[in-house]
Order: sequence, then C-alpha cells, then structure tokens
Amino acid sequence: MPRSTINRRHFLKHLAATSALAPAAAHLTGAIRANARELAKNHRAAILLWMGGGPSTIDIWDLKPGTATGGPFAPISTSGDVQICEHLPQLAKVMHHLAVVRSMSTREADHNRGRYYLHTGYVPNPNIKHPSYGAVISHELADQIVGLETPPFISIGGSSEGPGFLGMAYAPFVVDSNGRVRNLGSDMQPARLKTRLHMLREIEQRFITEKRGLAAEDHAKVLDKTVSLLTTDQVSAFRFQQEPEAVRERYGNTPFGRGCLMARRLVETGVPFVEVNFGGWDNHRDVFNTLQNDKLPVLDQAMSALIEDLQQRGLLESTVVLWMGEFGRTPRINANTGRDHWARAWSAVLGGCGIRGGIAVGKTNEDGTRVETEPYSAEDLMATVLKALGISLDVTYTSNNGRPMKIANGGRVIEPLFG
Amino acid sequence: MTGSLISASRPRSRRQTLLSAALCLAVSMGITAGTGAGEVSPSSPVPTTEQLDDAQIVAKVNELVARAWKDAGVRPSPQATDGEFLRRIFLDVVGRIPSIDEASSYLNERGKQRKAALVDRLLGDQYVIDYGNFWGTIWTNLLIGRTGGQNPRSLVNRDGMSQYLRRSFYRNKPYDRMVYELLTATGVNRPGEEGYNGAVNFLLAHLDDNAIQATARTSRLFLGMQVQCTQCHNHPFNDWKQSQFWQLNAFFRQARALRSFAGRNIAKVELVDEDFVSPSRDMKEAEIYYEARNGRMAVAYPVFVDGTAIDPSGYVREVNRRQELARLVVGSEAFARAAVNRMWAHFFGYGFTKPVDDMGPHNPPSHPELLDFLARQFSAHGYDLKRLIRWLVLSKPYALSSRQGHRNEIDDPSSGEPPLFSRFYLRQMSPEQLYDSLLVATAAEQAAQGNETRKEQMRRRWLAQFTIAFGTDENDEATVFNGSIPQVLMMMNGELTKTATRCEPGTFLHDVAMSDEKPSEKITRLYIAALTRRPSTQEVRAANQVWQAHQGDTIAALQDIWWALLNSNEFILIH
Repeated sequence: MPRSTINRRHFLKHLAATSALAPAAAHLTGAIRANARELAKNHRAAILLWMGGGPSTIDIWDLKPGTATGGPFAPISTSGDVQICEHLPQLAKVMHHLAVVRSMSTREADHNRGRYYLHTGYVPNPNIKHPSYGAVISHELADQIVGLETPPFISIGGSSEGPGFLGMAYAPFVVDSNGRVRNLGSDMQPARLKTRLHMLREIEQRFITEKRGLAAEDHAKVLDKTVSLLTTDQVSAFRFQQEPEAVRERYGNTPFGRGCLMARRLVETGVPFVEVNFGGWDNHRDVFNTLQNDKLPVLDQAMSALIEDLQQRGLLESTVVLWMGEFGRTPRINANTGRDHWARAWSAVLGGCGIRGGIAVGKTNEDGTRVETEPYSAEDLMATVLKALGISLDVTYTSNNGRPMKIANGGRVIEPLFG
Repeated sequence: MTGSLISASRPRSRRQTLLSAALCLAVSMGITAGTGAGEVSPSSPVPTTEQLDDAQIVAKVNELVARAWKDAGVRPSPQATDGEFLRRIFLDVVGRIPSIDEASSYLNERGKQRKAALVDRLLGDQYVIDYGNFWGTIWTNLLIGRTGGQNPRSLVNRDGMSQYLRRSFYRNKPYDRMVYELLTATGVNRPGEEGYNGAVNFLLAHLDDNAIQATARTSRLFLGMQVQCTQCHNHPFNDWKQSQFWQLNAFFRQARALRSFAGRNIAKVELVDEDFVSPSRDMKEAEIYYEARNGRMAVAYPVFVDGTAIDPSGYVREVNRRQELARLVVGSEAFARAAVNRMWAHFFGYGFTKPVDDMGPHNPPSHPELLDFLARQFSAHGYDLKRLIRWLVLSKPYALSSRQGHRNEIDDPSSGEPPLFSRFYLRQMSPEQLYDSLLVATAAEQAAQGNETRKEQMRRRWLAQFTIAFGTDENDEATVFNGSIPQVLMMMNGELTKTATRCEPGTFLHDVAMSDEKPSEKITRLYIAALTRRPSTQEVRAANQVWQAHQGDTIAALQDIWWALLNSNEFILIH
C-alpha cells in the first residue's frame, strides 16, 4: 500500500492498543468515538475573542458623543436595545444576540498583569499559577469531551494563558490563523510508530518512577495527547479552506476572520473552548484612524459572521461568545491623538448559551472615566460565562500548594444577563 | 538584608555630584580611548569585602544552604551520578549535552579532582567558543527578546547584538564593564559598517516612545527592579513612585537613533548622544515632563533610584547622562545582587526571589545571607562571571540528584514554597539548548552543511517557530516551547528528528550501525549519546523486542530506538 493512501482510521486501529504511555488511556479506543455532529449537539462551548493590547471600548461599545473625551465617532442604533459605534454596521444587525457590559471596572492596567487577570480571575502571584478560562472549562466539561481527539483548549493566533495548577494536559494548543499544525504530517508506517512508542514508553516510565518531579509526568501526558491528535480525523476542523468560498468571504480574508471561522468549525467538532486572538489595540497614538480604517472593519465583519453562522447552525444556544481585552483606554485623548491604558471603566461583550441579548448592563459617567452602577470584575465575568455553560460555581480546586481555590475566584454572576 | 534599596539613598550635595560627574568623564575617556588595552574598569570597585578564595567561597555556600536544610528539617537528596552531573553541567555552562566522546572520557576518569578539572576545562580555552555563543545567546534574548531585530524595519541589528555579546563572553569581560558598555554605547548597529559597535543594539531596541522601555529594561535587567507600572502610577507593592520612573527615564534623553534607509528598509542605525533640548529650552536645567495621575503635567530631572541627582545640564559636553547612569548602575548595591540572583536561577532552576528580576523589600529572598555573600564576593572579584559560575557548579547543592529523597518531599518550589535546593530541580531545556544538543547527539554536522551564516539561519528559523509576540507596545513575547503539544510534535515528526534518524553516511547513527559492535554495545552507545547513561536491563529487553520486530534489520531497529531516546522526557529535561 502506498504511504499516501493509508487511511487514518486504519492507522488509528493500529494504534488503539498502544496509547503512548498510560495503559488506561481509554480515549484512544474506537468504541467511544462518537459522531462529531452528535457530539456538537450535546456539548457546550465558549469562544473567547481576545483583543490583545486593550481596545478603546469608549469608541466601540460605550460612546460619549459631544463630550471632551468622546472622540469623533457617532453611535448607531442596532437590532437590540443598545447603541454602538457607527463603524460596526454589520454587528449592529446581530446585537439582539449580544449584551454589552458597560460597567467593567478592574485595577490591572499593565498588559501582562491585565491579560493574566482577565484570563484567570486572579491577579498574578509569583508563587502560584492559576488556570485560565480554557483550562477551567475543559477541566469542568471533561465528561462531554470523552470522544474528542483534538486538545480541548485551542488558541488561534496567540498564546492565551496557561493551565496553571491544572497541569499541562489542559494547556492551550496554539495554532496560527491559517490552521496549520506544524509537524502533524507524518509518513511513518503505523506499525513503525507503534514499535517506537513501545520503546519510548519504556524510557519514559522509568524516568517517571524515579520521582524527579511533575515535568516528567506532564511530558508523558502531553505525549499521549499528541499521539491522539496525530491519529484523528478531527484535525480537519482546522482546515477552514474546506469551507465554501462564500462562507470564507463572509468572515473576511483576514487572520481574525479565518480564526473565527476555524473557531466555529472546532466548536462543531466538539471542542469546548477556543480563543481567537486579534491584537493591535494598544493604540497610544492615532487611535481614531487606526480604529476606523484598520481594526473595526475587520472586527465588524468577522464577529458578525461568527454570531450569524453559529445562530444559523443552532450552535449559538450552546455556545458562549465573549469579547474582551485586558482593559479599556483612557477617556482623555493624549497628545498623540491616542488613548492610554484605562482599567477603571470599560466594556466587555458577550452572548449565546442563554445569555440575554440586545441589552447594555451598567453605565459609565458622562465622560466615561468612572462606572456609575454596580461595577463588575474579571471574576464576575468568568462566573457569568461558567454559569451559562452550566458549570457549578461551587467547585473548589486544591492548588499545588494545598490551598483551596474557588472556581472563578468566587466571582458573582452578572444577574441582569439571565432571565 | 535590612532596609529598602530605595530608602538607602545618600543625598548628595551639588558639589559632590559635579565632582563625580567630572570623575566619570575622566573614566569614560579612558574607556573610549583604549578599545583594546585601556581596560579601565568603569566602576573601579572599592573592595570593601575581603576577597576569599574559591574553596572558601564554595564552603560558605555549602554551609549557608545546609543551614536552611537544617532549619527546615529536610535532608538533601543523594549525589547525582557522574553521568547526570556531566550532562547538566554541559547544558548549564556551554548549552548542550556532552558528546559521546566527552561523556566516555569523563566517565572513565578516576580521581578526586576530576570534577574540578572538568569545570576548568568547561570554563577554559577548549570550550571558549561554545561558552561564548551560549551566553551570548542568553543575553541577546534578555536584552532584545527572541523576536528583536527579526523585522527588516526594526532599528535593531540582531547579528550586531549577538556578535558584541559573544565576543564579550569569549573574553570573559567583567560583567560591570559589559553593562557599562551597553548603557553608554555609541556607534553603528550593523557589523561591517564604519563606526560599528554592536553594543548599541540594546538601547536601539528600546528607545522608542521617549525610551520608556529602555528605562524599564535597564532597571529590571541590571538592578532587579520592576518599575514598568510606575510609568503611570506609584507602585502598588513597594516604595516606587511614579516620579522615580521619570527621573530614571531622564538619563536616556540625550540618546538619539539616526537612521539611514535603503528603500523602505532600514540600512543602518547610529546611536549618538546629542544635547538634550527640553521644552523650556533651559539647557542648564534640561527637564522632562510626564503626566501625573491627576492629569497634570509634572517635571523630572535625572535622579538615580537611590536618590543621587546629577547635574541636570542638557549639554553632552557638560554631562553625558548615559555615562552618569551607567556609573550609578554598576556602582549600585542592587547591581551585583541582581546578577547573582539571575545566575543562581540559571544553575539551580529557581532564584532567591520569584521572579528573579523583581527584587526589593516587597519580595524578600529565600536565602538573604547567601545572596548577600555571593553578591559581595562577585563584586570583590571584579565581576568575573566565570568565577561566579565556578562557585555555583562546584557547590554541594549543584551536585545533588534530581530524585526526591525520603526526607525532602516538602522541598517543592513548583508548589509555591520557597526553594531549599535540597535536590536538583527538574527543568525544561531552552529551545537553544535542545537544538544544540540534537546537533551534538546526532553528529549533525552533516545536517548543517554549508557555511556559518547558513547554519545560523537554519538555527534561527528553527528557533523562531516557538515564539509568539503579543503585539503590544512593550514587545511582550510568549513561547510555546513549554512542554506542550507543538513541542512534542516537533520532536516526533520535525525535520531535525528526521535528519537525526535517517542513517546516512557520516551521521552518528550510521556510524553505530556500521560498526562491528554487538547489538547490546550499539544500544549502549545510543544511550550514552542521548542520555549520558547505560540502558537498564529492562530497557535492553525492550530494545531487543524492537530488533525482533524488524527481524534483525539493524538499521531499522537502531532508528526506532534512537527516535524513542530523543523523544523521551529524560532527553528533553535537565535533571
């Protein structure tokens, strides 16, 4: 048989008996492989649209026209009971699915600290690494991912944040926005791989039993996941090129557009958490031109396509979409026509999975410098997303230093988003 | 240690300041005049500490570490095996595993002094290129990041940075001198250009936006102080004030980058010092402004972190602000401590503080007396890095096994506890260490055909696949070289592994396959080359099964065993 025609399933059968290491790696056995479509119907998922750099939400979701801090953009009406920036005309048509939380108020205005805090609900601590959204969600939805052969936590076009004390098995699997997974193709015969993995297991186990530390075990776990990925059909979820031309055009031929399309395909396959990264929002200078000509058109097209597509496929009922960055930007416009970091008052957007759409929650003051209603934090936002996914907020983890850690850091659900 | 680094300020009179400025000018003239022979140490450290000899220092390190064991009630793990020790010291000092010849010769050596002799060799002439390249790369990554200079429109020339650093490490340039040069460098960034000085690339990478990043990096890297958030407000956890950030920033304002273009790309950049004309145009007191938290503009003049103010003249001929800064940095108490902390973390997996570059009263060190002691000796020995390395690798804790013992289970810094160094902590190789180790293990001179430039390009391309930029103004980066799936995939299917297992004439594997050794001897050779140890009985049994699976096809069997060895946790971890 020529190498190229080896059927992946055939390949898989050969390997089923040889999970790289763990004898009990049941997820490789064919019996529990569920149909991907079937999986998707029953599973819940979240897509995080991560706006790295800290987007100027005062120009996007919470405009202050006619004030000194307002900037040049005008608000427009939408399909929901909420106004947004005029440069988001396509999103305006799907806003009845989305809610704007205008009273986000946090305290981390440094990129690294803010990114960590918004992803985990915890402020950085040198002695402990907290699990991020993707790790928590894949850990909690473990039951629904038994038939999943791709990693459960996928980050497109950026590195997201790590699994913390939940361990490398819940680490983000990072792919670029073209969905290329490097070194996935192999021309190795299945029997050959089996022989090699058998030998590898021997070396790997010996090292683990010598009790040298967690990194040795983590390596073995990740090896197992890698073999699973090597042998599954589900990797086709990354191949957005298989989508019809019209669909690809609807999302936009941009890295972010391709990432959003890939996110939909992954959710359809059964992946519980996908992060799509869209950077370049750190607009200390020339913020208005950058937004109008560069960032907002890309965002408008891709995000509206994603919402529409999820909705048409019946996936929006079971998928949370969350849009945020690490903070907002200063209402005051600086000398370079830019805005600097501002964490005290900013907006996040979310919808799907039973979250009430078409509304704005919370209010900022006239010039956008302060939150006037009940402020919400990173942990509140996380608790809200977890609740929508049906994950219990009573879960308490034990961190690797033996301390109890409440899921979402004990955040409170943003109640107006439900019921 | 008592007191904060910041409150330990010595207010100086204006006269003293001027005097020191004049002194500094004299010193700096000495430096610029003699590029080769005029090796005036910029700080001329006043040895306030008695210089101890190497044996005394190692003994003191051992004593202080052991004291912490006793206090915590732990007993250290046993000694590492010779093979383990050899492997880790090669990785830590020259950035790669030992070759099979290097391993065999050390493992066959006898005698009490062989460990010291090994350290002498690694720090001596024989390995000077390996050593310099390895440390040059580490410092290139620290100074300009893994992505610095990769973009054709960047001001930074990566080759220039790396060449300057490698040459500094080849000559074991005193650390204070190197830092002085990096902070004061003037010249052209690109090798081969007239007026070339590779050292300029550090500041060129961070001068944008009023040198905010230069300020933050300088204080983080050389003083172990994280000040980046004080750009906008007072530090939440320590005594740093916003004003101090901008006072430090004021030292960089005479630095200017002059670009020459070739089309749209930058051909070369020259870093120069120019008179700083402040908004008020008062040249005698050239001020800078920053936006305070209340939205008002505040004024700042150059004042070092310890409170030392310099003459605020904007004229370079009166005060060269960067030279003033460099003198204050290398003369600062924090300087040696930051260096020692970083070096300790390199060799032991954890520093005395977490993270290593955030020191200060808000983050007390795990071993204050040891840190203090080493910092003083490092300074007293003229900031000799090889000397410092020698003390660390000859110490008792460095020679311990990475296996957990019966009486030190609580010593687990990965759980957030302060490290006790009662065993050697397992850690990931850096991408560079892995790449170079693969080359050594597989004798891949074959794989890297062509000249040095091409080899370097291949190396860079390979390394680039693991780095992701966050796309913020601060050039933050993340790596996926962290034990996650892409890394495992790369080891399983990547080009390097394919080359390594191809068994073509000239490769290590081919050599082993064609030798007239018995199968068991061949297996042992593979094990020593990859893991610096012999196979266990059970592993030999497993290897024989591989042989059987291939019905005696030696090459195929060796390829499979070799592949498994290179893909193992034991290969990719430093232990």
